[in-house]
Amino acid sequence: MTEFFQSLGMNYEFAWFTATIAGVLLIALPLMLAVAMIIYVDRKVWAAINLRRGPNVVGPFGLLQSFADGLKVFLQETIIPSAANKGIFILAPIVTFTVALAAWAVIPFDAGVVLANINVGLLYILAISSLSVYGVVMSGWASNSKYPFFSAMRAAAQMISYEVSIGFILVCIVLFAGTFNLTGIVLGQEAFGLGLINAYVVHPLIFPIWVMFFISCLAETQRVPFDLTEAESELVAGYQTEYSSMSFALFWLGEYANILLMCSLNTLLFFGGWLPPLNIDLIPWFDIPGIIWFLLKTFFFFFMFSWVMATVPRYRYDQLMRLGWKVFLPLSLFFIVVISGYLMATGHFGGAA
Amino acid sequence: MIQTIAFYLFAVLVIASAVMVIMSRNPVHSVLWLILAFFNAAGLMVLVGAEFIAMLLVIVYVGAVAVLFLFVVMMLDIDFAELRAGFIKNFPLGIAIAAILLAELVLGIGAYRVGAIELGTPDGASAPLLDRSNIESIGALLYRDYIFLFEAAGIILLVAMVGAIVLTHRKGPADARGQQDIGKQNRRRPEEATVMKQPGIGKGVEL
Repeated sequence: MTEFFQSLGMNYEFAWFTATIAGVLLIALPLMLAVAMIIYVDRKVWAAINLRRGPNVVGPFGLLQSFADGLKVFLQETIIPSAANKGIFILAPIVTFTVALAAWAVIPFDAGVVLANINVGLLYILAISSLSVYGVVMSGWASNSKYPFFSAMRAAAQMISYEVSIGFILVCIVLFAGTFNLTGIVLGQEAFGLGLINAYVVHPLIFPIWVMFFISCLAETQRVPFDLTEAESELVAGYQTEYSSMSFALFWLGEYANILLMCSLNTLLFFGGWLPPLNIDLIPWFDIPGIIWFLLKTFFFFFMFSWVMATVPRYRYDQLMRLGWKVFLPLSLFFIVVISGYLMATGHFGGAA
Repeated sequence: MIQTIAFYLFAVLVIASAVMVIMSRNPVHSVLWLILAFFNAAGLMVLVGAEFIAMLLVIVYVGAVAVLFLFVVMMLDIDFAELRAGFIKNFPLGIAIAAILLAELVLGIGAYRVGAIELGTPDGASAPLLDRSNIESIGALLYRDYIFLFEAAGIILLVAMVGAIVLTHRKGPADARGQQDIGKQNRRRPEEATVMKQPGIGKGVEL
């Protein structure tokens, strides 16, 4: 995009700057729209599984429900509790929202369609997602109220625990791909399965770690069955209890942007990103733009997130910790050993093993 | 130009937030300023091209260590009056340490100005810079050239971790409260957990 702005007569630095701003807007604005629609999808899927209708009043099929909700919170009064720590109270939703958007900078939507094609892309994602705990912890502490504080404590412990196993799982993928660059990881999946299937997940050693990754994603984004931070039967509404109006909406948006990010990570790391599922041209699906495949796959994973939400009961907190530390951590370590050994044995690292 | 702006932005923010870490009265604010300082330090590292170290700084320090800091500081019940009394009491010691650090800095910079010590050139210092990414060079250094030192460091950390676990691990009696048998919980079936009773009219139920 820099070349385009240079052709308009800007010098290189200014053109680069303008191109980056334009790129950020091109990602962030559709993302906001996607979040609004995905909340609608979430509620519809949930309703369908519960044999209800779901939102169906505002707009055709209730499509505008999220926008109506947005307008409602926008017009509400922002209430700041008098005992709250004001600065941090206001900062917390902003941090949550910003961090949720920042991670999208390295997500490749198609070959070359990425804002920042850095070669530590996966580490960047890990770093940013480890920041998202701060929004929760800050809001819980600044609210100066018992339930949000309990919720913040739970969230901090939960997210750190599951980040460990996510980190180990990503190491396995990096071992296969040989790069931290997300575009490189997707390209490494081309014709991976028997020269036919464009996905890492078909490998018998990768499928189990994908299952672990998916469950860890649920825990990392605090979705059901791991939504103990906002368990309404125990903690009112968790860390966002004291929030109202736009500060509440920013939490919502950030949460769903994080969920979408995890869905797209599932797509990129295990299911071939923007590549079509099969590497043969039976039907002309190489003519379908890659971004369509990417969005379809991401949407499929979001459907799985909703599906889990509607069907699985909530965990107990000690069970959650047990699953993270006593099951996933040893298993993912074990898989690192096994996968490294397998790759050495099959000469994946250039034969000289 | 944009590098210069970015450098001064990050540098000023690092220093300002470092000052705020020791200036702010609320310890939680201190930790949050510390996190901002870490974050901007990571930005500086990205500017000099050490993106791998920058990411590690964010993941390890901001993502894990600082969260635990925050965790502990939030749960502490801090008495500010006592803290300030402690400040007066420890003031002479603090001044002494600060003076020693200052003297060391002055000495070090003075010695450096006079001229660096001739330690000889390390092996391979004259080798041409390879066209490799950060990760590859660090990987080659850690896992090829210094593999034994690296493994030794790993083993020391492992021993420390095992030691910490052994010191804090307490095993109560098998049926004590808090000692759960997960297998037993999973094996439990409705037939043994619930009883159906059909009490007659006017009769109680004995469980």
